[in-house]
Amino acid sequence: MPVAKTDRLPIRSGEDVVRVRQTVRTRAIEIGLSLVDQTKIVTAASELARNTLDYGGGGEARVEVVHEGARRGVRLTFEDQGPGIPDLAKALADHFTTGGGLGLGLGGAKRLSNEFHIESTVGVGTRVTIARWK
Amino acid sequence: MVTDSSDALLSVLAKEEPRILRSWLESLNAGDSPQTGRIRDAELRTQAQAMLQHLRDALGSGASDAKSEAFAPLRDMLGDISRSRALQGFTPAETAHFILAAKDPIVEALNGTGDPSLAARAWPISRLLDQLSLHTMEVFLASREEVIGRQGQEIAELSTPVVQLWDGILALPLIGTLDSSRTSVVMENLLQAIVDEEAEIAIIDITGVPTVDTLVAQHLLKTIAAARLMGADCIVSGIRPQIAQTMVHLGVELNVVSKATLADAFALALRRTGRAVVRAKAPAPTGEDRT
Repeated sequence: MPVAKTDRLPIRSGEDVVRVRQTVRTRAIEIGLSLVDQTKIVTAASELARNTLDYGGGGEARVEVVHEGARRGVRLTFEDQGPGIPDLAKALADHFTTGGGLGLGLGGAKRLSNEFHIESTVGVGTRVTIARWK
Repeated sequence: MVTDSSDALLSVLAKEEPRILRSWLESLNAGDSPQTGRIRDAELRTQAQAMLQHLRDALGSGASDAKSEAFAPLRDMLGDISRSRALQGFTPAETAHFILAAKDPIVEALNGTGDPSLAARAWPISRLLDQLSLHTMEVFLASREEVIGRQGQEIAELSTPVVQLWDGILALPLIGTLDSSRTSVVMENLLQAIVDEEAEIAIIDITGVPTVDTLVAQHLLKTIAAARLMGADCIVSGIRPQIAQTMVHLGVELNVVSKATLADAFALALRRTGRAVVRAKAPAPTGEDRT
């Protein structure tokens, strides 16, 4: 899948989460996503970036504009070297939280995107990849 | 300790002052960091003269460390200068250049005497000026950061006003990103306003919030719960279609009355408090009298 554009953004503080959101919004507008889809991918990015910060202890976000045949999309990858998630099924379940949140972020991000992929190894880190196609 | 060589040094600095000053100012006005335009020549000259005076005073007391007590007046003066430079929009390089440009003329003046004991003093003085330029940088950055911090606070306060729409009806138009620190300001302002205005209904308008994620939703829910504990009901307004769809996908449920626009929410609030907006008379056909 050819990647047209890549932004790498560090996630170290709350302001970085805002920056990730802004970058994702800019890219989503560039590829012509509808307003609803823009809002969905930006919200999903916000959830995942905050997870990276709060639970992964910070990490990096990669925002890519991808082409596949005629369709275009935004693909986001969030990576951290944090403690990892011991039970992925539980983490994806709604209303499960270890940090006092609503427990909807991870599952919500999955519902808000067309593609969702998560891999996590305890003690090594977590990587979440999502994509939204036009 | 005041030694003979110190006295000699001071007398050279005093004697050569006009020449030092001239080439210092020349280097400030020329070069790649022009200091003219924003600062008048006369002002620059006064600052340069004062700085040489302070430098002589400090050296006269025998001190050689820029952090020592003797240099306090000089440090204060440089601090003032770099603070004002920061406010005038000078770059850090331009600000540091003010003091670094004094180095060459002073070292030249000392070497020009042909006295090896004086030439030997050039090195410590040059190091001293380096220390002082670092000090100006520290002050420069600190004052910039002060400005940024103050602006941040101003934004936090400005963007969370609580307005009274009617007797007992408050509105809180939220604008921008709702992070944790701002949310606590919002919550405090709203709860205090509920007490002050004896409000029954508070309308939280989120038209200006670009992204409503679970954290924002959680902040909203907490604010609403706190207001409810104080006897005020909340109405959330300004949920745009795309936000509504996104919140449904996220699975967030705001267990609160919500309306699409602030006007709808206000109408509901009026109804709940037993009031209604009615037209006093039929609209005039000419469109002149629209009361």
